[in-house]
Amino acid sequence: MIEARNISKSFPDKQVLKDVSVEFYPGKTNLVIGQSGSGKTVLLKCMVGLLEVDEGDIMFDGRVFNKMKFREKKEIRKEIGMLFQGGALFDSQTVEENVMFPLSMFTSLTYREKRDRANVCLDRVNLCGANALYPSEISGGMKKRVAIARAIAVQPKYLFCDEPNSGLDPMTALVIDMLIKEITVEYNITTVINTHDMNSILEIGDTVTFIHHGEKWWQGPSDTILDTDNPELQDFVYATKYLDKYHRKR
Amino acid sequence: MLMFRVFARPEKGSMYWKEIMREIDVLGIESLGITIIISMFMGAVITLQTASDLENPLIPLYLIGYTTKQSMILEFSPTILSLILAGKVGSRIASEIGTMQVTEQIDALEIMGVNSASFLILPKIIASVLINPFLVVVSMFVGIGGGWIIAVMTNLVSPQDFQYGLLYEFRMFIVYYALIKTVVFAFIIASVSAYHGYYTVGGALEVGRSSTKAVVHSSIMILLFNLIITQLLLI
Repeated sequence: MIEARNISKSFPDKQVLKDVSVEFYPGKTNLVIGQSGSGKTVLLKCMVGLLEVDEGDIMFDGRVFNKMKFREKKEIRKEIGMLFQGGALFDSQTVEENVMFPLSMFTSLTYREKRDRANVCLDRVNLCGANALYPSEISGGMKKRVAIARAIAVQPKYLFCDEPNSGLDPMTALVIDMLIKEITVEYNITTVINTHDMNSILEIGDTVTFIHHGEKWWQGPSDTILDTDNPELQDFVYATKYLDKYHRKR
Repeated sequence: MLMFRVFARPEKGSMYWKEIMREIDVLGIESLGITIIISMFMGAVITLQTASDLENPLIPLYLIGYTTKQSMILEFSPTILSLILAGKVGSRIASEIGTMQVTEQIDALEIMGVNSASFLILPKIIASVLINPFLVVVSMFVGIGGGWIIAVMTNLVSPQDFQYGLLYEFRMFIVYYALIKTVVFAFIIASVSAYHGYYTVGGALEVGRSSTKAVVHSSIMILLFNLIITQLLLI
């Protein structure tokens, strides 16, 4: 389980997170939603240690991550996989080399073993045969799938996804969403997904945390989100006219 | 602070070794062509300019070879070539690391538990420090060769006189001096450019700005250290 306890984060011109406490559970897809600029990416970056929190604690299965020394943090980071908005694949490496990279860096597997593991991961994301291609030669959806393969190569306990289906067509977005959901259940990963996509929320969300102006505004199971009486969350959920119609009918 | 992280103990030596080999190829071997072309023409021009200045028949012609040798070894090969490499290699390092920064590839490394500063910068520094002296030695030979070819082709000086000039008052120390300068300049090019790339914030425009800053700052540092090292070693 991942817990954020009373975390606050400010930048020189603005306080972005205000006393946020939230829990994310293993084997579940835990969604963090909110409007652009609400602070959800900052929350994610604080949790993975890319930003230092001003106050509060980030805990991975009871281990206080933000108060650890650099070397201790490194051990936890080896248990973390992250899927970035743009994929963040290494341009100078092929698809296969990208997936093998964390294995090469942190394991003593032979080349054949690493290649076999990379092939298993690429197969899992339906990308067989793309091993020799470079990131510049593949589509946005394929990049996301390679990034997922790279993230699961070291069998992480925690998976963070920053807007995993942004910039993708609806069908590819659904494929990516379902892939993340399946992997989460299959490997019992604690998955945290930043999104503002209502399809993702309704399709794959187990728990949903709504961040509004840097504060935790609402948390609950995704199947209750349509019935919320929280006005700010309603504004977010029913922003599209199609869902708004559904809301009015009810 | 960045340099402390760069020189921290590597996570896995074999991965660093692979990167060093790649950087030697990218930063060094790929610069061999431009090194040869520039050095050959520069050596030829130095020879022609020296010859055009030697109008007094009392001045021996072997001075053409002597001047070409001294100019190439003392200044052109180590300093001018390093300034050219600051443009070619420095901008490449800054834009490569800067692009990795703005596309979150560096964040990806950090989250995996990799010391990104060390993994990305240390191989570049080591590769530059190893390969640039090789490029400079090539430049010395090719530049002097270019001077010899143009001198013989234009009958400005006999091959024997040119060769005598090359050997005249030859001190091995000037080669060591040139190589010491080159190693310092290589470190400056790689580290200053990597610094600007690593701290790029923004998008494509900022990557371009970092690249420009890397070239300008490396060049200024090279000129400054050229003066300091010359004062320390030659005077």
